[in-house]
Formats: sequence, C-alpha cells, structure tokens
Amino acid sequence: MPTSASAPASAFVDATASDSALRRFLHGLPGVDAVGLEARAAALGTRSIKTTAKAYAIDLAISMIDLTTLEGADTPGKVRALCAKGAHPDPTDRTTPRVAAICVYPDMAATAKEALAGTGIKVASVATAFPAGRAALPVKLADVRDAVEAGADEIDMVIDRGAFLAGHYLKVYEEIVAVKAECGDRARLKVIFETGELSTYDNIRRASWLGMLAGADFIKTSTGKVAVNATPPNTLLMLEAVRDYRAQTGIQIGVKPAGGIRSTKDAIKFLVLVNETVGADWLDNHWFRFGASSLLNDLLMQRQKLSTGRYSGPDYVTVD
Amino acid sequence: MSESTDVKQSDAKQSDAKQSDARRLSVFKTYKLYVGGKFPRSESGRVYEVQDSKGTWLANAPLSSRKDARDAVVAARKAFGPWSGATAYNRGQILYRIAEMLEGRRDQFVRDVADAEGLSKSRAAAVVDAAVDRWVWYAGWTDKIAQIAGGGNPVAGPYFNLSTPEPTGVVAVVAPQDSSFLGLVSVLAPVIATGNTTVVVASEKSPLPALTLGEVLATSDLPGGVVNILTGRAAEIAPSLAAHQDVNAIDLTGAGAGTDLARDLEIAAADNLKRVLRPSSATDWTAPQGTERLTAFLETKTVWHPTGSLGASGSAY
Repeated sequence: MPTSASAPASAFVDATASDSALRRFLHGLPGVDAVGLEARAAALGTRSIKTTAKAYAIDLAISMIDLTTLEGADTPGKVRALCAKGAHPDPTDRTTPRVAAICVYPDMAATAKEALAGTGIKVASVATAFPAGRAALPVKLADVRDAVEAGADEIDMVIDRGAFLAGHYLKVYEEIVAVKAECGDRARLKVIFETGELSTYDNIRRASWLGMLAGADFIKTSTGKVAVNATPPNTLLMLEAVRDYRAQTGIQIGVKPAGGIRSTKDAIKFLVLVNETVGADWLDNHWFRFGASSLLNDLLMQRQKLSTGRYSGPDYVTVD
Repeated sequence: MSESTDVKQSDAKQSDAKQSDARRLSVFKTYKLYVGGKFPRSESGRVYEVQDSKGTWLANAPLSSRKDARDAVVAARKAFGPWSGATAYNRGQILYRIAEMLEGRRDQFVRDVADAEGLSKSRAAAVVDAAVDRWVWYAGWTDKIAQIAGGGNPVAGPYFNLSTPEPTGVVAVVAPQDSSFLGLVSVLAPVIATGNTTVVVASEKSPLPALTLGEVLATSDLPGGVVNILTGRAAEIAPSLAAHQDVNAIDLTGAGAGTDLARDLEIAAADNLKRVLRPSSATDWTAPQGTERLTAFLETKTVWHPTGSLGASGSAY
C-alpha cells in the first residue's frame, strides 16, 4: 500500500542538495508535448458516462468536494451554513454522501471545526498569505500555525510564484519544507501552484515535481482567484507527475483541481482523467479532491434527475 | 434602337435566364432549432420529413429530444431575469420591432403558411396579416396589463394595499397543431408580453412557419433565450417539460382537449405545482383574442403599507 509523503524520497536527495542541482533536475525533466497533452485530455473528455456509472460518478464526485468559501465577506454564519450543507448536501435525500472537506480562511477554521464536529468532514484552511503568497516566511508560518491550532486538518498553501518564475527553485522548495514541518502530523499539506500564472506546461511539470520532492501530500492546480484555473490538460499533466513519482518512489500523492469546475459534466471528465491516468487507487477522496463551490449544486440537481426522472432546477438546491 | 431589336434582346435575356435556371443547383435550406438566441441542430442529430398539405416533401426539420428541451429550459431560465426586469415599455418596443420584421418577411410567411395549411395565396396572406396584427395588439398590452390585472385594493384598516401582476417564470407552450402560424403567434405573444420566457413546442405537422419565426426573433432585438423553439413530436418533448422542476407553467393548447396526452401532461405538471392552461376545444384563432392568455401566466404580488400619521407630529408616510 502506498504511503503518504514524508521527506524527499532517497532517490532524489541529490536533486535537492543545492539551488543549481535542483535547477538541473527540474530542467532535466522531459519537455511536455503540449499538442499531445491537450489532445489526450480532449479525447478523454468525450467518454460517455451514463446510468449506473453516472450515478456512481456523481456520488463519488460529491464525496470528493472541498466545499469552499473564500470571500472577504465570509461570516461565521455563512461558514456554519456551508458546513451544514456539506454534512447533508441534499436534505430531501439522506443517501447523498457528505463532502470531503470544508475549505475556509484560517480565521474561520475554528468556526468550521466546531460546526463539523462528529460529521467526519475535514476542515481545510488556506494559509501562507493566500491567494498571492506575497509575505515573508515567518508571516506565512504564523498563518499556518494559527490554522493548525484552530483545528484545520488540511492546509492549502500557495507557492511563491514570483520566486518560481525567477528560477529560485530552492527558495520555493525550502518554503514548502518549512510549511510541511509546521503542519507536522496534525495536518495534510496541499500545495497550490496557481497553474494559470505559471505560463507553460513545462513549468507546471517542474512545479509538480518540486512540490512532491518538498513533501506535499497533495498538489493543487489553483486558488480560483485568477482567470485561468483548473483545466483538464493541467490536471492531466499533474496526474502524470504523481503517477511517475509513485512509480519511482512508491509514495502516493493526491491531486486537487480547483476553480472553474461548475458542472457535473466537467467533474465526470476529471474523474475519467483520474481513472485513465493513475487508476482506481486515486478514485477516493483521500487522494483526489475538487475545489469547488457551485459544482455541488449541479451535482445535486443531476442526482435528483437520476433518482426521480424529472429535471430539477435551482429552486430545489440552496443558494450559497 | 428599333422596336424589333428591342424585342429580340429581351427574348435573348429571357432564354438566358431560363438557361441559368436550368443550370443552377437548388439550394435546400437546413431548418434548425432556435434555442438561446442561436440556431443549433437537435442534440440527437435527428430530423424528420416535413410535407405540405398534398404530401409533397418540403424540407427536413429537426426532431428534438428531451435533452434539447432541457437545454431550452436552461436558456429560458437564464433569460428570465433580464426579460422580466426590463421595463414594460421596453418590452413593448421590442415586440413592435418583431411585428415590423414579420411584415418585412410577409411573402416568405405567406408561402410557408400556404404550403403548411393548404391555403390559397390570398387566404394565406389574410392569415399572415391577422398574425402580424395580433402581434401588434399584444405589443400594446405590455405596459397596460398591470392596470387591469393589478391596482389598489380597498381594505378595512389604515393601509395602502397594492396588487401588481408579475410574470410566472419559464412557460412551456405546446403550440396549436393546425394553425401553424396564427395559432402560434396567438399563444406565444401574450406569454412573452408580460415578461415570461418560453419554450415552444411547434406544430408537429407544420413546423416551418415556427422555425421561420425563430429567424425573425433572432434579428429583432429580442434577447436570446426569451423564446426557444423546438420542433418534433409533442408526445416526446412535452412530458419532460411538464415534469421539469424548473418550468413554472405549461400551456397545453396544442395537446388537444380531452386527449390522453393532455391528461398525462397535466398529471406530470402537478408534481411541482405548475400553473397549467388546459386546452379548450376548437379555438377560432381568427376571432379577436381577449386578455385571458395574458393573465393566465401572471402571479399577483400584494403589498400592505401602513398609512396615517406618525405620532403626535401629524406627519404621514
């Protein structure tokens, strides 16, 4: 059984020894065939998933959602309402699975933890000066500490894209290592690359490896705060990275596409990508998540359609 | 130039025209649905043959599936906010504009209606004129219906009590089967005049006037999605519209009075308390229509507001 990430795997100790060694390693990764990647993602998006397979996919997708609210206007009441929704997504049908986690800002983590007590739903908290990540390391670490102490089970950190794009890979690496140390055994670490700001597929592959070497438990596409968020090609590329990493080290790492996934159809396309790229080992909310808010409503409407035979409408799900 | 050469020249021109007619390949039209302001093919890819009253093949029309109905409802729901929120005056202007465009396409509609219903050119022209006039008539009602369907109510207390009519929402319309154009206009115009958005299931036998109407609507300032036109079998499409939880009302005119289809649709519509307009037998579409169809898809909102003085100062609201 694959284990969770702890320290950089022994095979790659040399790669992270110095800035130049890390650069050599990351730039030595094979280049991405952009046309092939997009064609593959598009081809997998045409699979027809119907009837019982669709019902399974919808329930699986619901159970993989990190139900998210990351607004300046978040109030304790809103967070509690979201937690209640996560625990019973469809109050008219108690067979609906619960979501995987509720994702909030650190100051709301305690509220969410309290509201979710006894449900088994995790509290995920963004940290490290989310979403820009523009703060000094001690500030970022304090942010993480606050979130963990407030009861967060999972920390979603952002990498320093400025440093990454400037080629200071070791700085990014050390930051992730420090945050990982701060999380300790108490929280799983998701590392957000903000793929929309990394410009190239090659950079996304490098960031994926960098994150995995530094001890990420999850690699995550985006914050949801920029124009381009999770796309099927980006996610496919990251899935290939975790597949290759496990093949070489035996360590399994999770993937979380976030932002811009709004319809059941999109979610099912991502599940097909997972199944076809890394296989059934990842078809579980311990290893794959959707960062989403409006997606849940669409999944619920599709679920209602499947169970009643009638098309549902937005009047029959909550307004978040 | 002498008279005889003139005649010869015009002969030559005529034979030229004949030759080019013979050589020209006919351009067949692909009729498509009108959904969300666009002209998609049916999601199912199916079409069916449309014949004129004598059984001659006219064209292929899309044979819609229930997924087309679902997509149309999504488009109609999206359009409902802006359309119901537009001022009544603005809606009226847009409906007038549609009437103007209908007038400009009069010849095409006369041909369509003559083919579809087996009428002579002059009878068909009368039907089209009546339809345009009816559209204008309903356009005039947009900013007047509130005065007759709402108003101040006398109540036994110190309150203003005001009722205003509001559109019901997304209305599914099963259009009349026999009167493919005048009947269609008579059921469609009143629904959108009051601010509802619609999904129309056109006459199964003669869908072409409805599809041509879609082309007119697309070029008349009417926001996409306010009217969505589906063609195909009413018995296939209408049940999913009747059961759809996001459709607020259904007009069963085209299902026919006393038919099994009308009964089944009414039962399916009961699940989410849809407002249902039941079909009446043998409506004469050429007769003037009342306001009944306008008020059928309106909800009344009543507001109570206290009146009288505010304390000792004597000032009032």
